[in-house]
Amino acid sequence: MLNHDQLGELLGTLCPMFVLLDGDGTIRQAGPTLQKLRSDRPMPGRAFLDVFDLVRPRSITSFRDLMASDSVKLSVKFRDEPRTALKGLVSPLPDGGAVINLSFGISILDAVRDYALTSADFSGTDLAIELLYLVEAKSAAMEASRSLNLRLQGAMLAAEEQAYTDTLTGLKNRRAMDHILEHLVSSKATFALMHLDLDFFKAVNDELGHAAGDHVLSEAARIMLEETRNDDTVARIGGDEFVLIFRGLSDRDVLQRIAERLISRLQQPMDYQGQTCAISASIGTALSAQIPSMDPADILNAADVALYEAKRSGRGCHRFYCEQEKAGH
Amino acid sequence: MHGLINKAIQSFVCATYGRECWLRATEVAELGFVEFEAMLVYDRDKSYRLLDALCAELKRPRDEFLEDLGTYLVSHPNMEGLRRLLRFGGVTYVEFLHSLDDLSDRVRLAVADLTLPALELIECSPNEFELHCHPGLDGYSSVMTGLLRAMADDYGALVFLTRTGTNDKGIDIISMTLVESAFAEGRNFDLGARS
Repeated sequence: MLNHDQLGELLGTLCPMFVLLDGDGTIRQAGPTLQKLRSDRPMPGRAFLDVFDLVRPRSITSFRDLMASDSVKLSVKFRDEPRTALKGLVSPLPDGGAVINLSFGISILDAVRDYALTSADFSGTDLAIELLYLVEAKSAAMEASRSLNLRLQGAMLAAEEQAYTDTLTGLKNRRAMDHILEHLVSSKATFALMHLDLDFFKAVNDELGHAAGDHVLSEAARIMLEETRNDDTVARIGGDEFVLIFRGLSDRDVLQRIAERLISRLQQPMDYQGQTCAISASIGTALSAQIPSMDPADILNAADVALYEAKRSGRGCHRFYCEQEKAGH
Repeated sequence: MHGLINKAIQSFVCATYGRECWLRATEVAELGFVEFEAMLVYDRDKSYRLLDALCAELKRPRDEFLEDLGTYLVSHPNMEGLRRLLRFGGVTYVEFLHSLDDLSDRVRLAVADLTLPALELIECSPNEFELHCHPGLDGYSSVMTGLLRAMADDYGALVFLTRTGTNDKGIDIISMTLVESAFAEGRNFDLGARS
């Protein structure tokens, strides 16, 4: 049979975080790695429960109870800072003492930093180093995946944005307008919808070329954005056709003024590489309250009817949809 | 070929020869893109076309280029994370050499779809070793040669390394003579220094 010194030596090699206890719970020897955690205060001679706080099993408060219990697994913490948590396994000795083998468990990540541990502090069979390796390797791999995910998400958002954007003018496209209109109708919102048609645009395209036409469309888009609020919708739904949706707006006077301002600004001649492009605009407006069915197609159609009326009145006019006119068309 | 390998080549070329050189090579190799994603997998063809383009651009033999890549993987500050992972292999250079037998398994634990050829360390005498690089990835033994040299510096060991050729089973052999295991100070490795 080994004496205590020989046993301590053996344990020091196999499990460098052991404590060898007397029958009364006094630490007789402590493993080199465990002692390293409190290098300024030798553990031998101190009571185990003075150095460590027993977290589990909860019911046990004295060393005598611990030895009397069947429990072999412990969960302890240092009583002083840093209060590193350790797991332990108790094995009683025939002479009344005990060996407790401690280990870090999951607290190892902080422990290697807090105590500047090295590979030499762990026994050769301990998986601590492999665990640390895995944590670093997995974190690096996860970081690479995360950054790929972020880039893919960015690309997806950009693609979605494009799918809802008219690439020439940067306005919303027909698809986006349909979505927004659908949403407004289903939430029973109050809104006004303007259908705006550029007059004489075909002439600019034919006489000055497509580049001039594109320039006019971009300028017109800019003007429409400037004359509307941020949460209004401006969409280009066809060659020279636009739809403007004003949320929460049903005041005819306000809408009339917006329409007049739009027309007057669009009528100002635009310059394209020294050439003058002159266009105008006709606008038809429908109010959501005018369409009891609240069907997006009916609302668009009503604005269309009003636009037709505006065009019949000559270029550069604005007309509201009038319910009685419906029968006439 | 795994994106991590391609990305390593990209990182090495950009850090060592500049981004212009990288962009020219991606054009010559007709990749159709200029950035590799570390976590995607690419055609092996593309990687080798790129290697050829790079070696032509730099007027260097492929073996030399790949050895420098191996050295870069350990010694450049960009690659500190990788150096640390390799240092987990052992406390001394010899322990590290022995850990190479597990390298491909360790790599797969971290990144499941990154398969590297098996390595086998043969101890001929206490200071003489052979590293057998099994087939599967052309040029792997060249990269390993540069990497082992840089790791020797990292541990402060003095080592002579040569690639001695390929045996009849297609295994590339690197011969090593350990002259002194504690020749110089080496670089610090702190277990708890994860960022």
